[in-house]
Amino acid sequence: MPDTGGRLSESTWGLWIYPLSVILFAGVLFIAVSLGSVQVSLSDTWNILLKYLFGKGDMTEIQSGTETIIAMVRLPRVLLAAMTGGALSLAGAVMQSLLKNPLADGSTLGVSSGGALGAVLSIVLGIRLSFFPELGLTLSSIAFSFLSLIFILTLTYKIDNSLSTNTIILTGVIFSMLAGSITSLLVVLSGDSLKQVVFWSMGSFSGKGWNHVILMAPVFLIGSLVIIAFSKELNAFSLGEEQARYIGVDTKTVKMALLVLTAVLIGVSVSVSGTIGFVGLVIPHITRMITGSDHRKLLPASLIMGGIFMVLTDLLSRTLLSPEEFPVGVVTSFTGAVIFIVIFYRYNNRSARKY
Amino acid sequence: MLDIQNMSVHLDHKTIVDGVTFHVDENDFFMLVGPNGAGKSTLIKAIMRIYSYKGRVLLNGRDISTIRPKALASLVGVLAQEHQPRFPHTVYEVVSLGRYAHMRGLFGMLSQKDRDKIDEALTITGMDHMADQSVLTLSGGELQRAYLAQLLAQDPGLLILDEPANHLDIKYQITLFDIIKKWSKARGKAVLAVVHDLNTAFCYGTRALLMHEGRVYSQGKVSQVLTRDNLKAVYSVDVAQWMTDLMKHWG
Repeated sequence: MPDTGGRLSESTWGLWIYPLSVILFAGVLFIAVSLGSVQVSLSDTWNILLKYLFGKGDMTEIQSGTETIIAMVRLPRVLLAAMTGGALSLAGAVMQSLLKNPLADGSTLGVSSGGALGAVLSIVLGIRLSFFPELGLTLSSIAFSFLSLIFILTLTYKIDNSLSTNTIILTGVIFSMLAGSITSLLVVLSGDSLKQVVFWSMGSFSGKGWNHVILMAPVFLIGSLVIIAFSKELNAFSLGEEQARYIGVDTKTVKMALLVLTAVLIGVSVSVSGTIGFVGLVIPHITRMITGSDHRKLLPASLIMGGIFMVLTDLLSRTLLSPEEFPVGVVTSFTGAVIFIVIFYRYNNRSARKY
Repeated sequence: MLDIQNMSVHLDHKTIVDGVTFHVDENDFFMLVGPNGAGKSTLIKAIMRIYSYKGRVLLNGRDISTIRPKALASLVGVLAQEHQPRFPHTVYEVVSLGRYAHMRGLFGMLSQKDRDKIDEALTITGMDHMADQSVLTLSGGELQRAYLAQLLAQDPGLLILDEPANHLDIKYQITLFDIIKKWSKARGKAVLAVVHDLNTAFCYGTRALLMHEGRVYSQGKVSQVLTRDNLKAVYSVDVAQWMTDLMKHWG
């Protein structure tokens, strides 16, 4: 349990959020695996998962095709969605603290678009590593996410040293458009279908298998753990960089480490699922209402909430118009845009009242 | 304690601080005064290595640039002039971050000593009853006291105050300096304060440095520095006349 110094700030909600959300998370994962365009009963799903994961499910009454659907198609897809949701949420929370701005996120800053550009570029240029074909694309996406992050931050600092919301958002929007248009152009020029353009601009988990899970899992696990280990530094940064410095944080080193980690999480997410917008904005915002701003509680909770949110949106995207699918980004961008407006409105009104 | 030797700071090709030398002793309440743009806040930020500088800054005889941030924070703490919180941290969370420099371990568990320091700081600043309140709901005066509590919890040997009372009304201003004076005197801490208000400088300071256009105009005992002629020369208005008029009005 995180230490709160014996204060009352630990509300009942704060205490129960972890066990509750873990149970909820497991339940959502399970249900998401069993639902889809092909009907599979919950008990069949249970048996297939038991068989596949632990080798002891009762498979007597299950058709052979069903096992493939559950174990080889839906399970990796759901796991991938969960990791992506968690990764994007953590990355969002980190950027919000570093920039001391609740509107910062991989998509609002344009980092995701930069990552997508990197991924497409590696496809077009044919950069592939023979031992693991997807790795080249992922590395390129991570590298471009990092470069975009550095570029956007440098530009914002140069334009406006106080890093005001307006400057950050505008720089992000412009950079997003720039990277997005180059990406679309590359896709079209390379002769790929327009469907690819939609994938890189709206994201999807369609057709992803275990090889993507194996690619993402270690990066995701290590990256998340290291970020969570930086909780108290992130608390300090959310008071402002100078203040963090005054209380003893090695701001330069910590900031660079966190930017790299953020870029890694966003880059790997983008490379497997395209750009899925606003998750990193929405989830930390909602989580903060429950856990408060202490990153020791906020980060783990955001991770789980982000996973749940993404699995549910993915479920919606593949079942709502079944057997047709639409990109998950449609759902996340819709909810994200609404919440963005709410935060922006409240935020600007607060500053107006105070000064 | 703190030795500034021939410090100069250049920002955007302009010289903001120009060859300033002074010394802050233990038990000093050292006042840095001067008009807007004299370079006071820049000097403070250079000491804290937010800006780069030329010259030498020694802390307890050691070059400050060789001290790592965490070690530095246990020796020197800063109360900034204004704070714009953007996340709903509780007052307790903000104050407990003052213990960052003293924390060991990965997840920032507070030791009993940390908690005692935090509680003491909250009590001294009168923020104890607001410990669980979000900083977004505080008034300007309360917010500054919360950050003062953070600084006291940090418990450094030297307190640097960067125009800490700029946005506060006179009551908060007096309360703030009373708390700091009492706290630092009882514990033998040194204070280096940038202040705008000459009354504050006079009432609380032991020694003062008057800055003008990046240079030292005068330094020494407060009474020797804040003279009518010095102020007239630096501020180019007759401060004394202005004050006398006010006193006359009060009778």
